[in-house]
Amino acid sequence: MQTHDPAITVRGLRKSYKDLQVLKGVDFEVARGSIFALLGSNGAGKTTIMRILATLLKPDDGAATVDGFDVRSQPAQVRESISLTGQFAAVDEILTGRENLVMVAELRQVRKPGQVADDLLARFSLSDAGGRPVGTYSGGMRRRLDIAMSLIGDPPVIFLDEPTTGLDPEARLEVWRMVKELATSGTTVLLTTQYLDEAEKLADRIAILHEGTIIVSGTLADLRRLLPPAKVEYVERQPSLEEIFLAIVGTKEGHR
Amino acid sequence: MSTHAISDARVMLKRSLRHVTRSLDTIITVTIMPIAFMLLFVYVFGGAIQTGTDNYVNYLLPGILLIAIGSGVAYTSYRLFNDLKSGIFERFHSMPIARPSVLWGHVLTSVVSNAISVAVIVLVALIMGFRSSAGVLAWLAVAGMLVLFTLALTWIAVIAALSAKTQDGAAAFSYPIIFLPFVSSAFVPTDSMPGPVRAFAENQPVTSIVNTIRALFEQQPVSSDIWTALAWCVGVLLVAYVVALAAYRRKIA
Repeated sequence: MQTHDPAITVRGLRKSYKDLQVLKGVDFEVARGSIFALLGSNGAGKTTIMRILATLLKPDDGAATVDGFDVRSQPAQVRESISLTGQFAAVDEILTGRENLVMVAELRQVRKPGQVADDLLARFSLSDAGGRPVGTYSGGMRRRLDIAMSLIGDPPVIFLDEPTTGLDPEARLEVWRMVKELATSGTTVLLTTQYLDEAEKLADRIAILHEGTIIVSGTLADLRRLLPPAKVEYVERQPSLEEIFLAIVGTKEGHR
Repeated sequence: MSTHAISDARVMLKRSLRHVTRSLDTIITVTIMPIAFMLLFVYVFGGAIQTGTDNYVNYLLPGILLIAIGSGVAYTSYRLFNDLKSGIFERFHSMPIARPSVLWGHVLTSVVSNAISVAVIVLVALIMGFRSSAGVLAWLAVAGMLVLFTLALTWIAVIAALSAKTQDGAAAFSYPIIFLPFVSSAFVPTDSMPGPVRAFAENQPVTSIVNTIRALFEQQPVSSDIWTALAWCVGVLLVAYVVALAAYRRKIA
């Protein structure tokens, strides 16, 4: 496999639930080793894209590849290449943190599952809590465990679905730090978020998903350039991503 | 992929068994109701029930075991439903594993946990005076019959969990199953029942299973009941398995 190929490609992706069109032709690419943020409000279709890329859901139309494998025709290879964490990929609350890690290591056929689990517990500052049921963990600890579980077997692509939803600011910063570390070590990270500052701080590229299509995509600098110049004259500081988001979404809706 | 299937199912079984052993209240709940029925029927109603045997515990035990399994599988449905709701199902499905192992883990756990409650109930029955002259082969036949019955009900439980909208809904399928032994030969001989009830009792699966187990315990010939019982269990098992897999495919499609 050529390392210049994108880690994820999505072309003309469509998905409807009965009469409700959730995705109306989504296109984007994610470069290897980068952090890509899918930004959008609730119901914009972020989770649907994640579920399709994770082979949990079949698209109605369009194509998607992950690590060079087609999500429709090579789902087993795709699953070898990815890890899914966050909002809808739960951890087992009755098992201890260590047992969760060992379970994933065994399912991924990793050598020495116990050793792998202990190393990860230490790396994520969970060694003391490793023997306690996950049900007793705080939100931040649970998310750390969740991310630790996704690293087992070194998958080249990690999906983080709303990784900091429900976390306090400190735990949020902690998760951000871990996500950046991942990308530095060469892992491709696709994350969804509804927090604009999260995308702004973390992502190399940002795509704004609105009503089933990507209305804009690029680096933060690209997006800044999209703001109407008339507005720029009035503000002295750089516009925040939040303003860009609201301006673009507002314009689109105004056209209809 | 298929070489992973067995080791994946083993990991899933280990996980699910931990859920069982860490909520001992479910084992107690599952065993206490059948034991209460056994006490009630032996020490309260038993004196007035004419079964033609002098040891009513011997007569009663097979039906009590079926009731225990009927309520035990409700927890299988409950556990699978929780996995579907919590999102852990999705995590497993996004991993490079043999996907059906997520179902098999629950099915095997059902067999193991029901075997534990059956053993507990048999122990209590022994204390209450249950005696059997059955040899090893007869006991193995009883165990086989009960495992088959458990598997048949467990796959029904899988269907219930996959199609339920609420937690209560996932367990509701077990109520009629728990009730079936009451309208069978489990507590009283069917020939004491009025015509239509008797016709129902004699032609529903529980009666043939109860009669088979009872005959095996008593070292008596099992008659044609064993074939009827096997036909019911295998038939229900196959239909429930096919329907459950179809429901599963719909769920993950």
